[in-house]
Amino acid sequence: MKRIGTGLVAPAIAVGVAVVVSSLALLLSGHSAIAAFRAMADYVTTTDSLVTILNKGAPLYVVSLGVAIGFKMKLFNIGADGQYRLGALIAAASAPAFSLPRPVHIVAIMLIAMVAGGAWAAIPGVLKVARGVNEVVSTIMLNFIATGLSAYLLATYFRNRRVVDGIETKSVPKSGLLPSLNGFVENFGIHLRRNTTLQGFLPVAIAAGILFYVIVSRTRFGYDLRMTGLNPAAARSSGVNSSAMIIRTIILSGALAGLAAMGFLLTDYNKYSDGFPLGLAFTGIGVALLGRNHPGGIAVAAFVWASIEQASGGLLNERIPTEISKILQGTLLISAVVSFEIVRRRNLTKSIKQAAAQSHATLSPAGATS
Amino acid sequence: MTDHAPEPTPAIELRGIVKRFPGVVANDGVNLTVLPGTIHAIVGENGSGKSTLMKTLYGAHRPDEGDIVLGGETVSFKSPRDAIARGIGMVFQHFMLADNLTVWENIVLGHEPGSAALLNRREARRSLRELGFRYGLRIDPEDYVSELGVGDKQRVEILKVLYRGARIVILDEPTAVLVPQEVNELFASLRKLTAEGVTIIFISHKLDEVLAVADAITVIREGRTVGEVRPGDVTARDLAQMMVGRELPRPVPRTDRPSEEVALMLDDVSVAGVSDKAALDHVSIRVHKGEVVGVAGVEGNGQTELLDAIMGLRPLLSGSIELTHHRLDSMSTRERRDAGIGYIPEDRQKDGVVLAAPLWENVMLGHQDSKPFSVRGFVDRIAARKQTRRIITDYDVRTPSTDVAAIALSGGNQQKLIVGREMTAGPAVLIAAHPTRGVDVGAQAAIWDYIRSARTNGLAVLLISADLEELLALSDTLLVMLRGCVVATLDPAKVTIGELGAYMTGAASGGEAA
Repeated sequence: MKRIGTGLVAPAIAVGVAVVVSSLALLLSGHSAIAAFRAMADYVTTTDSLVTILNKGAPLYVVSLGVAIGFKMKLFNIGADGQYRLGALIAAASAPAFSLPRPVHIVAIMLIAMVAGGAWAAIPGVLKVARGVNEVVSTIMLNFIATGLSAYLLATYFRNRRVVDGIETKSVPKSGLLPSLNGFVENFGIHLRRNTTLQGFLPVAIAAGILFYVIVSRTRFGYDLRMTGLNPAAARSSGVNSSAMIIRTIILSGALAGLAAMGFLLTDYNKYSDGFPLGLAFTGIGVALLGRNHPGGIAVAAFVWASIEQASGGLLNERIPTEISKILQGTLLISAVVSFEIVRRRNLTKSIKQAAAQSHATLSPAGATS
Repeated sequence: MTDHAPEPTPAIELRGIVKRFPGVVANDGVNLTVLPGTIHAIVGENGSGKSTLMKTLYGAHRPDEGDIVLGGETVSFKSPRDAIARGIGMVFQHFMLADNLTVWENIVLGHEPGSAALLNRREARRSLRELGFRYGLRIDPEDYVSELGVGDKQRVEILKVLYRGARIVILDEPTAVLVPQEVNELFASLRKLTAEGVTIIFISHKLDEVLAVADAITVIREGRTVGEVRPGDVTARDLAQMMVGRELPRPVPRTDRPSEEVALMLDDVSVAGVSDKAALDHVSIRVHKGEVVGVAGVEGNGQTELLDAIMGLRPLLSGSIELTHHRLDSMSTRERRDAGIGYIPEDRQKDGVVLAAPLWENVMLGHQDSKPFSVRGFVDRIAARKQTRRIITDYDVRTPSTDVAAIALSGGNQQKLIVGREMTAGPAVLIAAHPTRGVDVGAQAAIWDYIRSARTNGLAVLLISADLEELLALSDTLLVMLRGCVVATLDPAKVTIGELGAYMTGAASGGEAA
């Protein structure tokens, strides 16, 4: 209980700072901060908004998990965007090519997306291991290549020629789409409006989060990964093959980015087009930071992030610039990172003092007998 | 000091210093009297409260009770700044120098002569040369710190505090990083400093050195002053006993003989160095079951490369390594560890522990894929914690729990954890580099005993150490490394420390005394 209590200190400070800064921004631009926050709160607390938040938050969560697993090993995969794009495009292009019973078809498409994302991520991994190329640089550059490559592939090989007024792939067959959860939540007495759909990607995201926790915190692979992140030299001395770890981790990271795209492809978008939602891969870096690379923390962070995004809709009605939500997100991220670090240092000092005290304490009784 | 000379006013007097931390009294009425112009040593085990006491004197924290009296005047320090203003300087064990700056730049940093806008370089260099000449700390102010050896860097640190007007210099374990020749140079410098009226407080647990250099010795145990002695009146054994408060186990001469069976064999092993010169040059070593082979040598003569070669962390240019007749050459580090090599690395904080990880995760390190730590790829946290508790008890690791981060422990306790971890895994061969570096006398004796009894039970040990006493106490065979080669094979029962020093520096050669 006490641990959870101190764990909440940093986020509380961060939220406080973010609210104060965005209030100042509102006041400076001549708007009432109270009105703005009330409008946001009113708008965001409706069932419809909650459903949108969950639908958008789930893919964001998965892409953030991908970034976080790299961060755990001090591997900065900034290329989630490219991995996400190619995962989405290749999964979309191959999904209509085969027909399978529903659950199998869904899993097959997801695997294709993960393999595509993972394979794209493997390139910077191999470059780093074989040539020492910094993954930050190579993943950023590969994002541009992925953008061009996916545009080219979409316009040529993967284009659905029957559609003349847009550039898009064929649609994913019905057997490959995730079912909506409306019927499921009805069991709990929650009736959603007819045009509101709680998408079926949410359980996939939850499963990914649980799997992330188990792999990182409970397996030997996760142990090697964390130790490599914390002290590469000691991990190497302990027998960890750092090259293999880099390749495996970055592939996992890319696979999660590819999987995240399925949150849109296998739900309401069902095809890849130039209107396919992008950009959440970059947001995922911030969300991973905000969630401190922990699956639970990232879940909260993704939810908060998507909530602020959604809440900005309420500002429109009040004629308050929606950019205030970006200020809120930005200051929240920065103050969270700073306050986490401050709390971490304080706890560290405390535990060093405790250990030093122990060192004396156990010494005294032994000395008393001599 | 003669009896009829009038007692001068002490430079420092600490009276009844009490410093409490939550749940513990780190200093419980410490008294210390240091006469001006003397070298006063403070000895005590790790955790006995010497660091707390020095931090009090340096103004890093305030005592709960007691007085600090400087030159007859009671003072109160709010911060080290106040202490520096009163002429107290401290030289820490870990150097705080900027490598890419020159010596004089490092020294004047923060106290630059000249106006706010213009640095008076000429004045800085002139005053430094004068200072160095006066105190016999000769060093070229124009040299870059990155090009200096350890001994020179230490001189720069001492000059730095003198430049800031220190008349009382606290040296924290100054010889820990030095080779014997450098230690002698340091001691000569310290004598010159005291001749110039500087007062020196020398913290150490190397008792022979304390006896050699100090004018007076204060022994601290469990936060209390045990006594003040003159070096002429006591032996190292007496001091050790005062520190520990009990009899030290006398090294027992070995009765059994090592086995004839070779456990670890290095045959003609070479490893590339930075330049054309090989860092490890056709080295052949045999360690039998139940034998401790010690490797002496000044640091940087191929020991690091030797360790890396055995652990598979560096590729071989030539030769082969065998562990009980299995070739290790093509094995990964992990496979070598699983084959039965225990490893105590040279640099514990770099290679031995993960500072940010809890103790139980550190205890798994290097053994993470064997029982009891993991089963079918999953970490067994309960078993890992249980094993950690066992090591904490058996090896006297002082910690509040198995879950604190390793960084919270003192260096000595980290080292005990590493030794415990490697010994508990039951290796066939132990590669031990400086196994007792930074640990206190009591723990050192315990670790030595563990190695001895494991050896008697058939463990083969390759011991690399900078502590000659340790090498002589443990080794059955003693090798000397110089410039990447094994230059001498000696019998530790017959060799003297003086002879060893000669081989280590290349003054003698071709020893085959074994």
